[in-house]
Amino acid sequence: MQFGILVNEGPYSHQASDSAYLFARSAIEKGYKVPRVFFYHDGVYNASRLATPPQDDRNVSARWSKLAADHGIDLVVCVAAAQRRGITDGVLGDNFRISGLGQLVEMGIQYDRLVTFGD
Amino acid sequence: MSDMDDMDDDAGIVKKFMFLNRKAPHGTVYALEGLEVVLITAAFDQDVSMAFTDDGVYQLVKGIDTKGIEVKDFSKTYRALEGYDIEKLYVDQVSMDARGLSEDDLIVDVTVLSVDEMANLMAEQDVVISF
Repeated sequence: MQFGILVNEGPYSHQASDSAYLFARSAIEKGYKVPRVFFYHDGVYNASRLATPPQDDRNVSARWSKLAADHGIDLVVCVAAAQRRGITDGVLGDNFRISGLGQLVEMGIQYDRLVTFGD
Repeated sequence: MSDMDDMDDDAGIVKKFMFLNRKAPHGTVYALEGLEVVLITAAFDQDVSMAFTDDGVYQLVKGIDTKGIEVKDFSKTYRALEGYDIEKLYVDQVSMDARGLSEDDLIVDVTVLSVDEMANLMAEQDVVISF
């Protein structure tokens, strides 16, 4: 079973990215595959490595990067949504990449399930 | 970029994609950016339908004028959907009734569905993306 994940909200002001992360981590622990996570709308802010949350809080961007490094997840940020919001290659965290909406559609076509996290 | 390559890789696979529009056209960006995904999905030759429920029905009302809020008016994009072979537009009857709207108030031809009919249609889909 392969899950595609769509994250539609930014970090901290909304739980969507946290829920998506916990879902992805749990799915992988249970032996499912999560080949790609796609970030859209304000979700593109999850890709910024410039965020420096307080030490006693989780670092949403950094833990996505680590999960991707540990399990080979493709973290894709929508180029159009990113350009609107000033997210460029220069601010991307490790293992994030910027690409087109086709990468989202491809998840729907190729994977068994596409799960959306957002409002 | 790789979108063209993806289309080649996925040639022949056609899935049923439904885009569920629940939000008013303005006030948040979901409707505008959601339309982008709809158009790209159609470019991948997928079986695309759009459903409008809750405040999403306002996306289709006639007479939208965004001058006062100084944002882009993308209302005419809905009229252009036919040109992308996106002809399956469904509207929730209950959402229309709750807002005092009828089909005559909308800028495009739609199929009005009861809650049960909408639920059955969603159950038939391979992918439902909600904006």
